[in-house]
Amino acid sequence: MAQKSNFRIIINRLRQNKRAWFAMWIIVALAFFALLADFISPYHYDEQNRTKSYHPPTAIHFVDAEGRFHLRPFVYNYSLVDPVFKRYEPDTKKIYPIYFFVKGDGRLRLFGTDEPSRLFLLGSDLHGRDLFTRLLYGGRISLSISLLGVFVSFILGLLMGGIAGYFGGKIDNILMRLGEVIMAVPGIYLLLALRAIFPVTLSSAQVYLLIILIMSFIGWAGLARVIRGMVLSIKEYDFVTAAKAIGSGHMRVIVRHILPNTLSYTIIAMTLSVPGYIIGEAALSFLSLGIQEPYPSWGNMLSAAQSIRVLTNAPWILIPGIFISITIICFNLLGDGLRDAFDPKATGGVEIK
Amino acid sequence: MTNYILRRLFHMIPLLLGVTVLSFAIMKLAPGDFLTQMALNPQIAPETIELIRRQFGLDQPWYVQYWKWLIGILQFDFGYSFTYRVPVSALILERVGNTLILSIGAAFISWAAALPLGVYSALYQNTRFDRIASFFSFTTISVPSFFLSLLGIFIAAKTGWFPTGGAVSANYSSLDMFGKLFDRLHHLILPVLVLGFIGTGSLVRQMRSNFLEVMRQPYATTARAKGLPEHIVIWKHIFPNAVNPLITLLGFEIASLLSGAALTEIVFSWPGLGRLILEAVMSYDLYLVMGSLFMGTILLIMGNLISDILLAFMDPRIKLG
Repeated sequence: MAQKSNFRIIINRLRQNKRAWFAMWIIVALAFFALLADFISPYHYDEQNRTKSYHPPTAIHFVDAEGRFHLRPFVYNYSLVDPVFKRYEPDTKKIYPIYFFVKGDGRLRLFGTDEPSRLFLLGSDLHGRDLFTRLLYGGRISLSISLLGVFVSFILGLLMGGIAGYFGGKIDNILMRLGEVIMAVPGIYLLLALRAIFPVTLSSAQVYLLIILIMSFIGWAGLARVIRGMVLSIKEYDFVTAAKAIGSGHMRVIVRHILPNTLSYTIIAMTLSVPGYIIGEAALSFLSLGIQEPYPSWGNMLSAAQSIRVLTNAPWILIPGIFISITIICFNLLGDGLRDAFDPKATGGVEIK
Repeated sequence: MTNYILRRLFHMIPLLLGVTVLSFAIMKLAPGDFLTQMALNPQIAPETIELIRRQFGLDQPWYVQYWKWLIGILQFDFGYSFTYRVPVSALILERVGNTLILSIGAAFISWAAALPLGVYSALYQNTRFDRIASFFSFTTISVPSFFLSLLGIFIAAKTGWFPTGGAVSANYSSLDMFGKLFDRLHHLILPVLVLGFIGTGSLVRQMRSNFLEVMRQPYATTARAKGLPEHIVIWKHIFPNAVNPLITLLGFEIASLLSGAALTEIVFSWPGLGRLILEAVMSYDLYLVMGSLFMGTILLIMGNLISDILLAFMDPRIKLG
């Protein structure tokens, strides 16, 4: 019988957990949509239309006003009938067919319709920008920022935990006390205070990096603590002594021999900590301290909902929140599934938030 | 017990010192302060700004400033808020109460909902009830608090059942005593429900798995073998042992409650500590940021201490020493 690799065993176990497997594919699909935003979205993320502010989702029809069936789906052009409450009515006289694989400002798009009609799958925002388009581009920013944030803080946490556990003594003491101070402050408070170090108006690229930096600064502490505990016991094994005996340097022993033994824990913890970073980015952008207009992120798209008038007249602006929630649910399910896959005997749940 | 509490309090001192250093460093790293914004105002003479700078000791080197601030804290003097023009300690005292009401109310709701849900989904493991409860707890774990708050406000605005924000109505001062009380409660319901809902999921999951584990212990079988009725086995023998580990979770819960409360406060315009720190950050109100950061930390550390003490009370097997 051929020896199965550890990786294959884990994948097989994960596949048996239907919920986790499904969650993984939703995450893959979301990432795929975000990556292909240029193709899937019908408009540019900052394409405005002043006459279509807070436009409701466009209904897609197959049967026109006279009862004739069309094989090609079509939409109507909507006109503003009540400028105060932003009420729109479709004009059923002229139909606007939906075309697939259309050329629009120099690039191929999956679908589109003719001007002056607009196809707003999920409605539009204050400036008449397509919410569906912004959701896809926003997913690009929100997902990449949280994945990068997790990545950076885990590298930091692994190194700090590894160094603290391996060397012990004074270094250990300093690093762990520092981590305790960071963990003693409520997360959002620290996030806001750290954001205050930097000017409110920064370029979008700077804010992007800044959010990753701040979240990693907060996030490494919890992981370093656990890794340190694991390193304390791993460093007593013979293979570590052997590595030292053949003359490997300290950092090499830590990175190449000790840390790989924490891999299964690290993978699970990474998956389960993605939600925290998604919430962190969304919260900052929601409070307009994160990603700035005109660039969309799932958080700053929700800022408009802070106005009660907008919220009641255009409830579709809450849709990014649903996507945030779905993404978080999926990462939690996947993390749970991974934990069961790595250790089938383990029961119970680890705290997430 | 007193000994233990005293020792824990003593251990908090270096941690709190570390937090003061961290918050002071944050404020010193921040570009400019409230006065640099003031200087942009042509109506304020540069001499006035220089006077204020000297008055607050902002012209002195940082270690002198830090030392003065630290000494001040010991006398519960957190400095002066530039935007509100009142002492920071007065502002914080006013806001801490609101945050505590919100957090304690939310904790109460999530425990009241989570304990029965957890117990019954363990008793009816793998039934439809269990699956619905597990789906419910997964949702509450995953929905971000500010999004749920927005949903709450949406419902409130559509139905008109609840106020859409703030802690009191505009006509609060003209109400009589019962009217005032009712008005406050009315404003409290929605934020507390939102926050309580958020905290329920992880408690349900923990309670369920603890209960399942304790259910299989030999003493549960013994209790049944003695012929005790099932409800006594469940509530007198299994339940107390299954609840204990949750009390240690209380500490974590307070951390997530405070963070979640901050966002809920901001969305609901609830005048709490979280909203205060956001306003302070936005207006570079130096002492106010440091003061609220410090106060938030104290709340969290005290919460952890209380959960440890509670655990010792509830579980006689735990020896504090």
